Amino acid sequence: MRKPTFTAWIGLAILAAYLVILIAGPHLAPFGQEDIIGSPFGDPEPGHPLGFDQNGRDMLSRLLYGGQMSIGVSLAAVLISFAVGIPMGFMAAIRGGWFDTILSRLVDTIMCVPVLISALVVLQALGSSLPVLVLTIALLDSTRVFRLSRVLAQGVGALEFAEVARLRGEGNWWLIRKEILPNVASPLVAEFGLRFCFTFLFVAGLSFLGLGVQPPFADWGGMVKDNQQAIVYGLYAPLYPAAAIAILTVGVNLVVDWMLAGRSAPQGDNR
Amino acid sequence: MSRLILKRLGLGVFTLWLVSVLVFAGTQVLPGDVASAILGQNATPEALDVLRRDLGLNDPLVLRYVTWLKGFATGDLGNSLASGQPVSELIGSRLMNTLMLAAYAAVISVPLAVVLGILVAVFRGSIFDRVMNVLALACVALPEYFLGLLLVLWFSVQLGWLPALADTYPGMGLGEWIKATTLPALTLVLVTMAQMMRMTRTALLGVMDQSYVETAWLKGLRAPRVVLRHALPNAAAPIVNVVAFNIAYLITGVVLVEAVFNYNGLGRFMVDAVAKRDLPLVQASALAFAAAFVLLNMIADIAAIALNPRLRHPR
Amino acid sequence: MTRDNIPSIGRRQFLAALGATALASGLIVPASVARAQDAQAAPVKGGVLKLGIGGGSTTDNLDPRILTDWVPVNQAYMLMNGLVEIDAQNNVVPELLESWQPEEGAKVWHLKVRQGVTFHNGKVLNADDVLYSLNLHRGETTSAARSVAAPITALEKTGEYDIKLVLESGNADLPYMLSDYHFLIVPDGWSDFAKPVGTGPFVYESYEPGVRSRFTRNPNYWKPDTAWVDAVEVIVINDISARTNAMMSGQVHAINRLDFKTVDLLKRNKNLSVVQSAGGQHFNFLMDCTQAPFTDQNIRLALKHGINREQLLKTALMGYGSVGNDHPVPKTDRFFAKDLPQRPYDPEKAKFHLKQAGLDSLKVTLAASDAAFGGAVDAAAVYRQNAMAGGIQIDIKREPADGYWDNVWMKAPFCMSYWGGRPTADQMLTAAYFSKSSQNDTHWANPTFDAKLIEARALLDDAKRAEIYAELQQIVSDDGGAIIPMFGDYLDAVSNKLGGVTSHPMFNFMGARLAEKVWLKA
Repeated sequence: MRKPTFTAWIGLAILAAYLVILIAGPHLAPFGQEDIIGSPFGDPEPGHPLGFDQNGRDMLSRLLYGGQMSIGVSLAAVLISFAVGIPMGFMAAIRGGWFDTILSRLVDTIMCVPVLISALVVLQALGSSLPVLVLTIALLDSTRVFRLSRVLAQGVGALEFAEVARLRGEGNWWLIRKEILPNVASPLVAEFGLRFCFTFLFVAGLSFLGLGVQPPFADWGGMVKDNQQAIVYGLYAPLYPAAAIAILTVGVNLVVDWMLAGRSAPQGDNR
Repeated sequence: MSRLILKRLGLGVFTLWLVSVLVFAGTQVLPGDVASAILGQNATPEALDVLRRDLGLNDPLVLRYVTWLKGFATGDLGNSLASGQPVSELIGSRLMNTLMLAAYAAVISVPLAVVLGILVAVFRGSIFDRVMNVLALACVALPEYFLGLLLVLWFSVQLGWLPALADTYPGMGLGEWIKATTLPALTLVLVTMAQMMRMTRTALLGVMDQSYVETAWLKGLRAPRVVLRHALPNAAAPIVNVVAFNIAYLITGVVLVEAVFNYNGLGRFMVDAVAKRDLPLVQASALAFAAAFVLLNMIADIAAIALNPRLRHPR
Repeated sequence: MTRDNIPSIGRRQFLAALGATALASGLIVPASVARAQDAQAAPVKGGVLKLGIGGGSTTDNLDPRILTDWVPVNQAYMLMNGLVEIDAQNNVVPELLESWQPEEGAKVWHLKVRQGVTFHNGKVLNADDVLYSLNLHRGETTSAARSVAAPITALEKTGEYDIKLVLESGNADLPYMLSDYHFLIVPDGWSDFAKPVGTGPFVYESYEPGVRSRFTRNPNYWKPDTAWVDAVEVIVINDISARTNAMMSGQVHAINRLDFKTVDLLKRNKNLSVVQSAGGQHFNFLMDCTQAPFTDQNIRLALKHGINREQLLKTALMGYGSVGNDHPVPKTDRFFAKDLPQRPYDPEKAKFHLKQAGLDSLKVTLAASDAAFGGAVDAAAVYRQNAMAGGIQIDIKREPADGYWDNVWMKAPFCMSYWGGRPTADQMLTAAYFSKSSQNDTHWANPTFDAKLIEARALLDDAKRAEIYAELQQIVSDDGGAIIPMFGDYLDAVSNKLGGVTSHPMFNFMGARLAEKVWLKA
């Protein structure tokens, strides 16, 4: 891997800061996420540097709590989708044949129905609780991960490897761990970053439709929505969570750009 | 080449059929009984029974699917459970609205993105390249409904140039229609342009680093000619792909933008239908969206085949 | 609002609030002053009125039997008229009925239908049309107002323009009962409700449910000095944010149901005014009096003392409303018990009542959902903090809005709810507190209350009625299972280009009849 460029350093610094929020957000928050301590859309005052949200809750505290929730949900969803998608994709590439055909057809079919539409139906039907939210996004997303990892594994010659491995009497897992994964790690990590960004925006979109993280828990997408009315009146309230989302997305993209620089290997569809 | 295209067409039809199975199955497992949903508080066991029989809910699943598909093929999409109106009537005009908005956005964003992508590739590493890159990032980094809201704030509340609502109705003039839908279209342009531009740049750069392009440079050919005649045709396939993908996104991903601008499109309509458990509407809309998706992907693949110089001039 | 959207009534005129005026800042002025000069400017004819209304869906229908939300109700009043109208001062005034006369005991009524009125299709209005239209809601019917019409035991035509109406028991408030917005008049035998024909100020031109409608002025409208504009366009905008944006950018002339949180910000806009209307809409916490621990009156009183009404009003409604006293009769009602002392926030008193019940502390679970009202969950959080000081721990259980009225309301022991108000104290008290009512949502049964309620209904002497209603309010307040911390106002925004706008005690948009009353200034 190349040495990080200047922009990559910026990206890495951003990611580090968000990692701190993910781990310690609520502990850093001066107030609780539910405490109503000011007037709705109140201006900043000592102790409340960012002012108050639409219910008179401390904006800074909500941001810190919301950070953990938003990043946590997206991260969990993406992790699960990779945990499901990568093994399936690799197996499809290694085994080929009917196994590959059936899985690929199934994935193609699922991908034909737009993610937002599928998510909408599932979340509306089952009610949007945190586990349902995370699992729905993860499973829908895993189709894209499957596709990419299958293509990548085929690219590094999974079929040929597999034959050799079989002759040598090695198992599939050994093959995946030793032969395929090391060769495709960097595009997969990059994909992880991109998927994380899109999941993040996707959850924000679901929150906008009232199907994302449910109150009283704070999440950035929901905060943008709840406070959006204020922007028309020239208040900053919705700008903070929107900026938090934007900075994170930019940070991830900067790092991904650096990792992918000079490569033209296939990447998955990005939404 | 035509065999390849035919094969792709067949695959598209097959996929569409698979999607219909998926949509049907998916909506069947939704919790809640359709009959009791229709009757609501008036539900008595007898009434439920009669209605179930009328709706064919007691038939085996496969039979119901076949009936449903047959209806679909003949254009009879059934009636909405909530309003009793024919589904085709309810969906038709809204699908048209969604397609028109998508077309409006695509007409602006595709040429703009491709041209900008070519320019940043040619001037790789320049200030222009970097500024465009940052701008593109900023556009994808914000939730689209927030982008829409910012546009409303500037162009309608503060400047008063364009309406905040995309209020369209049958029989309105083209000029009025364009005025009403410019803000939502612009939002969609911003959301989709960034990715297309970046993909164009990447694809072009990938080709331009290859030896035959370098040869062209060495032959002393001028930059526009090198790019347009030698590099672009070879980079066309991935570009067409990402363009098709983004147009599909325009059609299906507009739910949020429709909500912000109160636009009477299929996306918002489907959100309502799902909330009301109006199955015929949900099935038809989902299938309409999926069909758009499949169709665009197919067109992209066929275009890629047609544009690929190696396939076009078989040796 | 499918549950109870029957008009509420108040006595006192609560004039329109006007924020964006040159009034000195910080000065609290009774909402009233600023609109007076508008009302005096001479009305002008012409123009197209554009309304942005929230509360519509693609399943809407203009059939008077199934009007369920704000948009169809407003649209229906454009095309059709009612029998009576509630005016801005909360009096019931004639509309398609010219007059009404009760016999002794208020059980039998004689109604006189207005003469010289024609429907949009040319038919002349007579008693048959009124009978047909009322009968739509009686007997085997899908009408949402069938319970309102149920007390009518007989309806008969006694002349070309005369009707005799018999009730199952005396009710002095019959005219108010007839003000229900489902009781709209269509021609005898009319069944094509996809294109309703009425006697209203506007005529059907185009209508797309849940999206938009355009109706043109009825050139033969029978009411003088109304229906000023040439046409009225309704754009359905359910999203509050989109609705406000449309208003701020001048795309529509008026919007309904403002967001409480941003009203004060909206008022800074010089091109529009905010119209504030006090009425019977109230928000409540319901205790099931048949489930422990709420069977004990002391527990109920402890919980009633543990709520900070002022704080709740301030945070949940931004002050746009008034404090409630645990009974459902609004200050605007003519029978409001003025002398009943306001119950204060008193944690010590709450502790005292807990002791009386033999407890040191109490732990209860409150089912909350924004289905009850926007911000209900936040309100629950405020209550939770308040009650803590009184030794009461309230655990909030958040319920989904979907299915709340089926699964939680009237089923959970302690839950949040609201009432849209009713036109009279009698209707309100009967619907929610009479032990045999199907909507007795606290499962409260008090024989004294029941007996007095029936007694008051048949009285024609207002002074005597007022006395009994005051007593009834006290009983509900002290013994009842509902904690009613606040009443919320109806809030609309209207462009300054509109003339003739006033506040109205019934609903948003001047009792949902704004379209026929306003004009576009030249």
